Amino acid sequence: MLEITKINRSFGDRQVLTDVSFTVVGGRITGFVGRNGAGKTTTMRIILGVLAADSGEVRLDGALLTPADRRRFGYMPEERGLYPKMPVAEQLVYLARLHGLSRSAAQRNTTDLLAKLELSERAGDKVETLSLGNQQRAQIAAALVHDPQALILDEPFSGLDPLAVDVVLSVLRERAAAGVPVLFSSHQLDIVERLCDDLVIIADGTIRAEGSRDDLRDQYAGNTYQATFGGDAGWLRDQPGITVQEFDGPNAVFDAESPEAAQAVLTAAIARGPVLSFTPRRPRLAEIFKEVIQ
Amino acid sequence: MTQTATLTHPAAGPGLSFGQAVRLVAEREIVTRVRSRAFQVSTGIMLAAVLAGVIISGLLGGRTSTTPVAVVGDAAGQVQHASGLDITRADSVAAATEMVENGTVKAAIVSDPSSPAKVRIIADEQAPDALVNSLSIQPAVTLLHPPAVPPGLRYIASYGFGIVFLMSAATFGGTIAQSVVEEKQTRIVEILISSVTSRTLLTGKILGNSLLAFAQVVLLGACAVIGLSTTGESSVLSALGAPMAWFVIFFVIGFVLLAAMFAAAASLVSRQEDVQSTVTPVTMLVMVPYFLVIFFNNNDVVLTVMSYVPFSAAVGMPLRIFLSQAAWWEPLLSLLVLIGGTAGVIMIAAKIYGNALLRTGAKVSVREALRSSGVE
Repeated sequence: MLEITKINRSFGDRQVLTDVSFTVVGGRITGFVGRNGAGKTTTMRIILGVLAADSGEVRLDGALLTPADRRRFGYMPEERGLYPKMPVAEQLVYLARLHGLSRSAAQRNTTDLLAKLELSERAGDKVETLSLGNQQRAQIAAALVHDPQALILDEPFSGLDPLAVDVVLSVLRERAAAGVPVLFSSHQLDIVERLCDDLVIIADGTIRAEGSRDDLRDQYAGNTYQATFGGDAGWLRDQPGITVQEFDGPNAVFDAESPEAAQAVLTAAIARGPVLSFTPRRPRLAEIFKEVIQ
Repeated sequence: MTQTATLTHPAAGPGLSFGQAVRLVAEREIVTRVRSRAFQVSTGIMLAAVLAGVIISGLLGGRTSTTPVAVVGDAAGQVQHASGLDITRADSVAAATEMVENGTVKAAIVSDPSSPAKVRIIADEQAPDALVNSLSIQPAVTLLHPPAVPPGLRYIASYGFGIVFLMSAATFGGTIAQSVVEEKQTRIVEILISSVTSRTLLTGKILGNSLLAFAQVVLLGACAVIGLSTTGESSVLSALGAPMAWFVIFFVIGFVLLAAMFAAAASLVSRQEDVQSTVTPVTMLVMVPYFLVIFFNNNDVVLTVMSYVPFSAAVGMPLRIFLSQAAWWEPLLSLLVLIGGTAGVIMIAAKIYGNALLRTGAKVSVREALRSSGVE
């Protein structure tokens, strides 16, 4: 488990991070969401030790992170790149060795990983000669080649073609399944919603919401309900304390002034006939995001 | 995709030592450079230039061409001692003149008691200089201060040290700058410094490129030595031996100094297109000793100053040793100054490099880079 506690950082007079605290649980994928400039990259760089924090600490499984721990992290920077004129496999072996692997282990990992990413036949090619999709795969391989004990990925999905998105998704799931804490940042809320187990929302350098995706959706569910009745739902408009948002034959989305008003709708509906569904509507991530960053 | 559980991960613990990591980085720099076409071609050209220089100077110096001449009668006695003549005897002045006319010989030598040299040269349009010289009567000369080194050799040595230093420093300095910016521009530097420190990275870069530059200079030196000894210029060789050894020592340290400056300068920008703007001042600094040595190799004061200033000591001191101007302790003192200067520059360069590495976008000023590692 990766614990980030009360991280502060400023550049010159500008406070970029204020008391940033959250946890990344091993075995789960955590999405790190925020607008551009909210402090995602700075936070990740501080976790990786690439940048120093003014105050605060980062712990892995209870112990303060050391440079040796960080060497076993996998990192994919936002604007990524590899040496354009260096062959793919050689580059991966080099990076794996810099992370502390022996030459033979580095070569073994590289071969295995390239095979899994279906890049084996391009192993000897220079990175600049690869197609964009293959370059992205090589980049993923660079983050994974030393079998990291934690994965920090800055916008791993930006600019990926749909096929590559699936590759990255499966890699992240697999690493998480092996018990590794995985933190990735993104501004593509639909992908975050689809993939992540946990969520951290950052705005203006402060953490606005943190928790499991489902808990957050429940928490921000509010007083909107969704219902499907046996017959036309037109009568809802006359129901006290109810504002209908959407209405389409037997389906309706409505706000209730109070839980009692909602229950009154249910009682009335049952009296009228069958009720096929009646549920508080869980907000989509985009809606939660809009709400918390204000 | 299937499991990656078969991958090996690094053992827990301190991981790579500083030395191991530096070696890895240096190794990559060397392999990349040696493999690049530009490096192979430029090394080939430099080798060819050195070889050509040695061979041409050998040809010019040891020229043993002969001048065909016709000699008439008792003039033969006068020219017996003159070297470089291919003598054809002629029966009469008329016959000899005929031979000059039709080009069989370059000149005819006939006896002429009225001439101080007792002979007259008959030539077509111009008398061969060598012939005139060899038959001239020359006054005796006494030099009060004979130069230790012939002026021609002095110039060649100055030029040689200067150009080798300039070429190597500019080439490898440029290479280091490119390599620093490449890592910054592609952002791979973020991955690198998440596994090793910026100090490790800088050290590895400087070490790798310095070793290569050093190897190139040794190769050029070896080429010159072999060339000089096979063309029979061993006297030049023995005069140049000690200065060349000193040159290598000064070069190695002086190069590290320049390499650190190039790396720090390049780390201030984020794109290859901008690298010239920060590297140019360093390049100027590299060119200064070259021009000084070309224009002032006769000026002892300039040479003495040069031999103590860290940037130019690599050229100035070996030259002074070659000219026998330096006392035995002078190279040692200059070496100490150079080492001290290099250590200082490396410390500043490491700070600039470490702080500027993650700052992308506009050019970072030196003052900013020295002050903070602010990234945005």
